[in-house]
Amino acid sequence: MVRAARDLARIAGQPIVDMARSHSTVSVERAVLRLAGLDGADEGGMPWVNRLVDAVRETTGLEHGVALPAWDALVTGGYPSLSALARDAAAGAVKFRLPEGADAAAARAAAHAALARGFAAVDTRRAQREAIIGETSDPPKPWIYLIVATGDIYEDIPQAQAAAREGADIIAVIRSTGQSLLDYVPEGATREGFAGTYATRENFRLMRAALDQTSRELGRYVRLTNYASGLCMPEIAALAGLERLDMMLNDCMYGIIFRDINPRRTFIDQRFSRQIHARAGIIINTGEDNYLTTADAVDAAHTVVVSQLLNEFFGTEAGLADWQLGLGHAFEINPEVPDSFLLELAHAQLVRELFPDAPLKYMPPTKHMTGNVFGGYLLDAFFNLAGVMTEQSILLIGMMTEGIHTPFLSDRDLALENVRYVARAAGRLGENFRPPAGGFVQQRAQQVLAEAVDLLRRIGADGLLNAIADGTFGITRRPADAGRGLDGVFQRADGYFNPAAEFLEGQES
Amino acid sequence: MTGEAGPVIRPYGDTTGDGRVQLSFTLPVPFGTEHERAVAEGAALQLAAKMGLEPAMVVHAKGMGPAFTFFIVYGRSSHLVDLSEVTVAEREFPVLPAAEINLRIRSGLGREMVVLGACIGTDAHTVGIDAILNVKGHAGEKGLEYYREMRVVNLGAQVDVAHLVARAAAEHADAVLVSQVVTQRDAHLAGARALADAFSTGMSGGGASGGERRGRPLLVVGGPRFDPTMATELGVDKIFGRGTTPREVASYLVHTLTPEPAAAGAGS
Repeated sequence: MVRAARDLARIAGQPIVDMARSHSTVSVERAVLRLAGLDGADEGGMPWVNRLVDAVRETTGLEHGVALPAWDALVTGGYPSLSALARDAAAGAVKFRLPEGADAAAARAAAHAALARGFAAVDTRRAQREAIIGETSDPPKPWIYLIVATGDIYEDIPQAQAAAREGADIIAVIRSTGQSLLDYVPEGATREGFAGTYATRENFRLMRAALDQTSRELGRYVRLTNYASGLCMPEIAALAGLERLDMMLNDCMYGIIFRDINPRRTFIDQRFSRQIHARAGIIINTGEDNYLTTADAVDAAHTVVVSQLLNEFFGTEAGLADWQLGLGHAFEINPEVPDSFLLELAHAQLVRELFPDAPLKYMPPTKHMTGNVFGGYLLDAFFNLAGVMTEQSILLIGMMTEGIHTPFLSDRDLALENVRYVARAAGRLGENFRPPAGGFVQQRAQQVLAEAVDLLRRIGADGLLNAIADGTFGITRRPADAGRGLDGVFQRADGYFNPAAEFLEGQES
Repeated sequence: MTGEAGPVIRPYGDTTGDGRVQLSFTLPVPFGTEHERAVAEGAALQLAAKMGLEPAMVVHAKGMGPAFTFFIVYGRSSHLVDLSEVTVAEREFPVLPAAEINLRIRSGLGREMVVLGACIGTDAHTVGIDAILNVKGHAGEKGLEYYREMRVVNLGAQVDVAHLVARAAAEHADAVLVSQVVTQRDAHLAGARALADAFSTGMSGGGASGGERRGRPLLVVGGPRFDPTMATELGVDKIFGRGTTPREVASYLVHTLTPEPAAAGAGS
């Protein structure tokens, strides 16, 4: 049945991959320029990558990719850098064209050389990660994942360092609300955000540097996480690779369902962003847990498994290894339901067995955290117990004040006390108590898997985009021709040239 | 109950009138050496006393890092609660659970409720309208898109008012939600007035609520700098200010657009 499920996921996913291979987006093209070293923004804060891609789009169009016209103009115009070219292009002072013959060859060669430097930088970052892990240590799993989110990067840094000292293995900097809807990546260090801090290259750099310091202090490598979701997935993936982030939320289904981002746009963006993550040695985290915050966690359990199988297919196709697939799921069953803990165990164990080598990301209860902080603390303890029993790899630590406020210092401390107690007391429970064959837990797991196979079969027949349009995931309907960002999608022409794709498709290394 | 003289009460621990309460808090003090611990507990007791807890007892204290201490304190509150002085802010509509909102639409309207949302004029800040409309939601509440009985059309930013009127007619919108964040030179007020004007001239007015389509959709405006009492002056039906949650908006919409459910059984 497991093999059948994987085959069905491939059949359901292949048309999406074909679409991504035959299309590009403005954000994919901007990511190419970012990997080639184009940084900075105009006086109004609009990044030069946006200005340059827009200028090319208005003249030659983007169907052949931004690289050919851009590097042709760079070479023939004698520009010292892409940013000099972008400035002129923004002022309307550059005439772009689609070069042919020897001119095209010269443009390709120049683009190729620029991207070679970019990927060398990404490769250096990856080697640096290995080196620092070697000189400190890699913490044992489960990795404890904590969030900071003040809006001010200079406030986030001491909080992140404190959280690491308190025991966090992974720090996630939550993004400002609505950044996923921006069709550009803000620049520089930022000091204000809405319920989160903007993902910018400089913020990435500052936080990684601070956590390197803390990693050395603690003798334990502290990983840094951010979000490559929304309209700029590929660009943020590029910046994450260039600044050595370690894990990235990367799941376009989140943008589709929760932010009404156009499905075509974001599936195309997702493939390119995952290729970059694969190269950078970054672990992705997928967002299946989110479905359970809108849909019922029992009724919709199989949609989580379906999405995980699809994400495994999409991720592997993009070049990610199993150890990079941080598939998501969550502990969100209503605690009033009889046997709710057994159901949670069944779901968590099923996922563990389906993906034995994936660093599964297990999310704590949010939906049934009622404001009764004492009850919430108990629920979080059960979540921790399910997590250690079923050997989940990444435990996002639940806060008893979930849904009330951003965590107090004490909330975080109590949460860590909770997980430490559970891990100490029951860390080896899983190996000592196996669910009996044919018992409730096993039967439930079989049922969820069977429902997942049925749904995958329907998706394969109807098409994934139609399934998303019908509200299969997170009970939200998202048609393929609606949502934000569709106008940034275009079909690749014959002769489309993406100098980064040449490195990422494995023809070069 | 309001207006009647109520009894005077105290918190209840295990005996009437004992006044016992618990609280927990963090102070930015170290909890390392014996002296530091004594100072920290003394500081916690001083705070408790100033909060009216006397006598109080620190039952738990724990250092968190080098500079903070967490406390759990029990104490006897010296304050009295006079129930006759309790005032309850009257809201013109009850905030309902999501399931009940869906039910009210289904039974009261007999069809889906159509909600159109936009940021108008030059305002490109969609944070507000997205917080109310996107499934993602705000303040722990899912947005209006989450409600099965609502059809939400989010037009996004910088929508022209004339276009909004045309779309509202084409979609048979029951309500139009507009958020305005930019307040330079009172742009938010001008925007709200422009909205009201466009709808009063662009669509016929009046009409019954309930099962019938209203001639003009309900006009709802929101933003952090609006004064919620200015609705009439600006010519819109409702203004929501800072901190509004999606469920409040949804509750207002069903309250206004669907008839009250028939009183059940013995009545209200």
